[in-house]
Amino acid sequence: MKQKNDQHSLKDLSKEIRKVMLKMGYASEKAAHFGGGLSMVEILTSLYGEVLNYKVDNPRWVDRDRFILSKGHGVLGFYATLYVFGFIGKKEIDSFQQNESEFISHPIMNLDYGIESSNGSLGHGLALGAGVAMSAKLKNKNFNVYVMLGDGECNEGSIWEAAMFAYHHRLNNLVVIVDRNSMQNDGESKDVMGYFSIEDAWKGFGWDVRSIDGHNHKELCENLIPDKSINTPKVIIANTIKGKGISFMEGVPSWHHGKLTDRTFKEAFQELGGID
Amino acid sequence: MDINETNVRLWSRFGPRAVYGQAMLALAEKCPNVLAMSADLSNASGLAPFSRKYPKQFINTGIAEQNLIGVSAGLAKEGFIPFVSSFAPFVSMRASEQIRMELGYMQFNVRVVALGSGLAMSFLGNSHYGLEDIAVMRTIPGLTIVSPSDCVEVVKVIQAAERYEGPMYIRLTGAVNNPIVNTTDYEYEIGKAIKLNKGDDVVIVSTGSMVAKSLDAAKILAKKGIHAEVVNMHTIKPLDVDVLEEIVNAGKPMVSVEEHTVIGGLGSAIAEHLTTLKKKIPHKIIGLKDEFGKTAEYEHLIKLHGLNGDSIARKVEIFLKLM
Repeated sequence: MKQKNDQHSLKDLSKEIRKVMLKMGYASEKAAHFGGGLSMVEILTSLYGEVLNYKVDNPRWVDRDRFILSKGHGVLGFYATLYVFGFIGKKEIDSFQQNESEFISHPIMNLDYGIESSNGSLGHGLALGAGVAMSAKLKNKNFNVYVMLGDGECNEGSIWEAAMFAYHHRLNNLVVIVDRNSMQNDGESKDVMGYFSIEDAWKGFGWDVRSIDGHNHKELCENLIPDKSINTPKVIIANTIKGKGISFMEGVPSWHHGKLTDRTFKEAFQELGGID
Repeated sequence: MDINETNVRLWSRFGPRAVYGQAMLALAEKCPNVLAMSADLSNASGLAPFSRKYPKQFINTGIAEQNLIGVSAGLAKEGFIPFVSSFAPFVSMRASEQIRMELGYMQFNVRVVALGSGLAMSFLGNSHYGLEDIAVMRTIPGLTIVSPSDCVEVVKVIQAAERYEGPMYIRLTGAVNNPIVNTTDYEYEIGKAIKLNKGDDVVIVSTGSMVAKSLDAAKILAKKGIHAEVVNMHTIKPLDVDVLEEIVNAGKPMVSVEEHTVIGGLGSAIAEHLTTLKKKIPHKIIGLKDEFGKTAEYEHLIKLHGLNGDSIARKVEIFLKLM
């Protein structure tokens, strides 16, 4: 059973999520990970608006599809998505980056909030997701497992250990989305650690590889459903722009983790269609 | 698994790794949620019979210990009880951050079984020795650490681990022809130390392979008129502080013995607790020196490092004289 917000198009939902992100970051009066959160908004709206099976009133539903945010620093986009889709309320988003809050710069596992795992240290989510996908195979369950990685995160060797494992065990209920915003903490991925074809790397590990526009809902929705007629896990290389949607953040390394001032908050908000 | 005279002798001959495999086989028979996982070391883990009999409950991750822990955590998240094994340094250090995040932080019910810890890997050398694993694992919040004293206790620990709530690090020490500490069945509870004998002059608190060596030492000391009580501290975390406080309240001097570096292991854990108590007693830590040592046959190394019964007895005697 799918539950989604039918009143808005995925595009409107994406805009709403970006607004919530800005408000949360601004209200926290601290720097937040805007860049890598904004780049994955369309992926998240496609997942939560179209693709994932879940029950918002029963977040622990055993047959739900599992979404694991491995690139934990993108959590601002995830919290805003969980808010817009009804998993968490205003109280929760208002506590973002406040003392002793559970809503910090990286996810803390809480199934009642729809948060499947604690992350923050990169390179953990895929092995965890592969284990969950394998559990579905062992128990003959039909749910799918989605793991969101960053392209910078693919520097971690543990990603490739898990990629090898998922192919060997033919986990075709596992879908990885690589949010390829081509940037990481220290700058452009090609300068830090990136002169290889990420598509060829995943192909080499036996995965079904789709390279698409990560801001195009149609392309995302078409590709995110696993193809169970083939016996391999699937990876979506979602080509995105870091900081997408806010012109002064797009492709600017300092907005990997930056603080909104009164002025920049207003500017950003106006770009999304003004104060509401 | 029947704990009788024949099995006790047989298991002792097989050694802890093979007995681990046997205990897993027995566990899988009654518990379909139990999984055995290995990073390309199923033979060395005694798991070959398990993998043949229960192929669906056996998962090999290849030579990838970080992935071993990560995948096991995903399976534990969905209700399975994975027992994952590899040599002690490979699980405790190569995958230590996975253990920290997935087992410590997220509290997934995984049992990490560290094979051949201490010096048991003999000619495979320092790369394979478990010198520092207690120290590394002990600092991770929420992780229970257990080290069985003999092969019977390996069986008891595996049986207890199936019912235990929370992640565990199970440290297997000793080799084949493993000395027997427990000859008959007994009550085993994680976190509850076992007093093996009585003695008023000194208490030797030991873990894993060193329990048998401490009993040897107690016999040697008894001949000299020194009566040593031996405590099997099979659970290093949470430490049985009630037993420690009993010893302190009785005003007995204490010696701790472990096949592990003297930094951060059982001795350190005891010393940390003793600092919190008002009453003070003398405490000596016996263990491995803070160095990478020579490689040799297991029993040779035990002697070389002063961890056989004779050496322990001598050290205890000197300690008592210097008090």
